[in-house]
Amino acid sequence: MSVTITVNGKTMDVEPGLTVDGLLTLLKVKREYTAVAVNREVTPRSDYATAKLSEGDKVEIVRPMGGGAS
Amino acid sequence: MYDTNLIIGGKEFTSQLIVGTGKYSTLPIMRDAHEASGAEIVTIAVRRVSLPGTGESILDYIDTKRYTLLPNTAGCYTADEAIRTCYLAREAGLGELVKLEVIGDQRTLFPDVMGLLEATKTLAREGFTVMPYTNDDPVMAKKLQDAGAACVMPLGAPIGSGLGIRNPYNIKIILETVTVPVIVDAGVGTASDAAIAMELGCDGVLMNTAIAGAQDAVSMARAMKLAVEAGRLAYKSGRIGKKLYATASSPLEGLPDWTS
Repeated sequence: MSVTITVNGKTMDVEPGLTVDGLLTLLKVKREYTAVAVNREVTPRSDYATAKLSEGDKVEIVRPMGGGAS
Repeated sequence: MYDTNLIIGGKEFTSQLIVGTGKYSTLPIMRDAHEASGAEIVTIAVRRVSLPGTGESILDYIDTKRYTLLPNTAGCYTADEAIRTCYLAREAGLGELVKLEVIGDQRTLFPDVMGLLEATKTLAREGFTVMPYTNDDPVMAKKLQDAGAACVMPLGAPIGSGLGIRNPYNIKIILETVTVPVIVDAGVGTASDAAIAMELGCDGVLMNTAIAGAQDAVSMARAMKLAVEAGRLAYKSGRIGKKLYATASSPLEGLPDWTS
């Protein structure tokens, strides 16, 4: 049984009950200066270990990238 | 207006040059250009991590103990998008200093000032130190100040255009209209553009493409550092006025008589 979510625009199947923390570990994302939004709402870092992902969730994982202006 | 240092959101910076992290040919060149520029603040964009997250990052080339990271809301065309981006930046540990952009048009990248004002009000109310990228309209600058912006950042010319300070007269009026720092942001092409901005009395200049896109980015970064310092010094020195006719620099008395 797996759950389909969208992460940074791409769909992926994950185990049910996967937390945001679990997802970040699975994708080997560095934690420093990283932020996560699920369905347009920012997930507080303090909730990473408890926030569970559900079917159809749209996740954005962001970090600083090169940029000056638009 | 501040004397020498740039004071934003209660923090004082010696350098009046803010630089970006985009469009450099390589990350080591970016790092060296930052060093040469003397900047203390570097802007970054908040973007999706490429997954898996094991790749190289610009953060590997920025000493975060030395530089203040300034997240921007580049690519946001609505107040809502810009506000959400700031929330993400704050949660990522980037603090509450934000360079706010709400873009109105894809070709000119001019700001959508209505969205910009709305986002400024919301973000300022929620404790962010808002640095809005705006146009060169003094009326707009005053509205942004009243909305709680920590400074105003009028564009010199379209982002990346290298056209310099297109409307120095408006920038001068903005300087007389607001009491928050005025930082020219966008359009700088070469060193003299940066010097002109500082000679007008601006508190700082923000640029990215002028350095990153130069053939020798590190050398241009150094040129910009010198230009900002020279412009500021010239402003503080009180320049001579402009006259239509000449005023001789040498005395008229004591001229030898060469007639026979």
